[in-house]
Amino acid sequence: MSSAVLEELQVRSRDDVNKAIKEEHLTGAQILLKALEKEGVEVIFGYPGGANIPIYDELYRTKNITHILTRHEQGAVHAADGYARATGKPGVCLATSGPGATNLVTGIANAYMDSIPLVAITGQVALGLLGRDSFQEADITGITTPITKYSYLVKDVRDLARIVHEAFHLATTGRPGPVLIDLPKDITVQKAEFKYPPELDLPGYKPRTMINAAQIGKAAQAILEAKRPVIFAGGGVINAGASKELLALATLTGAPVTYSLMGKGAFPDAHPQCLGMVGMHGTAYANYAVWESDLLIGLGVRFDDRVTGKLSTFASQAKVIHIDIDPAELGKNVVAHVPIAGDVKEALSELLKVLKAKGCNLDLASWRQKIDNWKREYPLRYEKSGNVIKPQYVIEQINEVTKGEAYIVTEVGQHQMWAAQYYQSSKPRTFFTSGGLGTMGFGLPAAMGVQMAHPEAVVFNIAGDGSIQMNSQEFATIVHNKLPINVAILNNHYLGMVRQWQELFFGKRYSHTDMTGQPDFVKLAEAYGAVGLRVEKPEDVRPALEEAAASPRAYILDFVVDESENVFPMVPAGASLNEMLGR
Amino acid sequence: MKHTLAVLVENRPGVLTRIAGLFARRGYNIDSLAVGRTDNPLISRMTIVVDGDDRVIEQVSKQLYKLIDVIKLTDITNDEYVDREMILIKVNADPAIRGEIMQIVEIFRARIVDIGRNSLIIEATGDEGKINAIESALRPFGIREVVRTGKIAMSRGPKHKNGKSQELL
Repeated sequence: MSSAVLEELQVRSRDDVNKAIKEEHLTGAQILLKALEKEGVEVIFGYPGGANIPIYDELYRTKNITHILTRHEQGAVHAADGYARATGKPGVCLATSGPGATNLVTGIANAYMDSIPLVAITGQVALGLLGRDSFQEADITGITTPITKYSYLVKDVRDLARIVHEAFHLATTGRPGPVLIDLPKDITVQKAEFKYPPELDLPGYKPRTMINAAQIGKAAQAILEAKRPVIFAGGGVINAGASKELLALATLTGAPVTYSLMGKGAFPDAHPQCLGMVGMHGTAYANYAVWESDLLIGLGVRFDDRVTGKLSTFASQAKVIHIDIDPAELGKNVVAHVPIAGDVKEALSELLKVLKAKGCNLDLASWRQKIDNWKREYPLRYEKSGNVIKPQYVIEQINEVTKGEAYIVTEVGQHQMWAAQYYQSSKPRTFFTSGGLGTMGFGLPAAMGVQMAHPEAVVFNIAGDGSIQMNSQEFATIVHNKLPINVAILNNHYLGMVRQWQELFFGKRYSHTDMTGQPDFVKLAEAYGAVGLRVEKPEDVRPALEEAAASPRAYILDFVVDESENVFPMVPAGASLNEMLGR
Repeated sequence: MKHTLAVLVENRPGVLTRIAGLFARRGYNIDSLAVGRTDNPLISRMTIVVDGDDRVIEQVSKQLYKLIDVIKLTDITNDEYVDREMILIKVNADPAIRGEIMQIVEIFRARIVDIGRNSLIIEATGDEGKINAIESALRPFGIREVVRTGKIAMSRGPKHKNGKSQELL
């Protein structure tokens, strides 16, 4: 063999060895994407920048994950949030370091408050530049510590696969929530062997799994003794997928059911036992029922101040059964006589078994009678008008046109409360709103996430003229991705909810709530390539909604509504639930 | 009332921030916090003294326990436990009065660990009462600097069988 041939063979085998090493060892970016695939991630909402280019370079190559380029990182995180709410699967968003990362903060806090599973991945400056106030550096793990379930700063590429695995586990188990992974740029290009750990080692993380049988017994006993029970369902019922069990409990006991804003959809609005929403803008009959109840069964709720009003008078005659997966919620705001830590679905299953075994036969006739009287006496109502569009009317029409089968997303404000009051939800994961943080600008990007999850569905984003301007850049994303989202703007030319407070509690001093200087929303729609319609007469509402719902194009419907309309009933902040205005 | 919590946490970066941040954010009153690693280098132990009524302490405990890095949390307030704090005091000590200070040091079974031209550094360990007592005994001489570790505490008797103490949740 000639020396030249020998040398060539050696070179070739060396190449083979190098190739083999390359195959085994992946870059951080490759590890990240491979791990995301293993977690079943199908779609990522994100925005590229200097620190995450290597990840985007890998995304360029991958075929298994769809990436949606939003126009703002806040759009990405809310879209991931909406996707998670619609599917129950964790939403994933990706941003670069510094401003990219900090633009996620509102959306992360939003997901945290509403217990939505989310994995936020941020680029970070290279490890050697960390802590030097480098270009586009922000301590995002530090910034997000109080608003995440956990946050990671990856310092060794060999930890990355494990961290991704842990992040998804943390985001989705126990009380769901957002988890952040901060990924320095050099980690994304360094190489390591891809090992996906089958077992997780989180000794401090023990989400409650066992339901305490004695507590279930006590709860059953309290239910059997109740004369005026009310079931109060929250977002935890939807997260746990416990709607069936909730319906079974309502049917078995005959107890009326009310819900928090986050619980909307957990129980069908059309059900005769349904009282609608409780709290500040709840129905009068829900508020009276809770006020006079002798047993309040709180399921996956956290007794937010928008629900309880004045804490010291909240359900003051009632024993409270409180079931929640997060033990820290038990007794946080309202003292529970029977606290039960655990998954609502499992706890309800156990409770139903015990109740059935004991022969649950409550006589609630007089309680039901009383509630029916309240329903007759104080229904949700507004003055109908033939000349001017009432915002409530638009919601009612959306309900009729879509037969209650649409996916409804809202922004935050008066329109949100009207949507909660007047839209009739029939099933969970069809009504999406920023409950805890109250984030204006949530709706439009969240609607993108919902529509990505359900491409064929009719999605309506019910918006105010204020909120829609907080993330309206996402119209570009919507049109570019051919998402047939319908935006119904209830345009009252005001920051309506603040205006309402100013009218009622600040002597009608409308300080900076007049939205003069709005864009022409029809032209805005057209500028982005969507369809825009302005609707000014009540009789035109329905045809416009029908056109939008039937069309595969994105629509912006600018409903010019009565400027002076307020949301009633209203429990003023800090007042008791029976002290309602405008009931 | 003051409660003493023994908290085992994972020895990871950011743990102290998470715990301190939790107290700050939720408005709990932290009295002292001492931290160091245990026999297992992967686990640190914190002794946290918190002031508050039962409701507050329950919330503190539950919220702490929620943190992913917290492995175990025990309220040892009502247990029999041994607690210690260490203090270093730099006190004015002209040669003329050193004898007097040394007597005090003797009484408290403390130690002098450094002598300067006009000052002494005294080291003492003991429970909070003793530490307070030695500090006030030395105050008349003029204290220049004080550093205290905060309380560390351990239940008496065998591990995992600490009387009435309850592992919370």
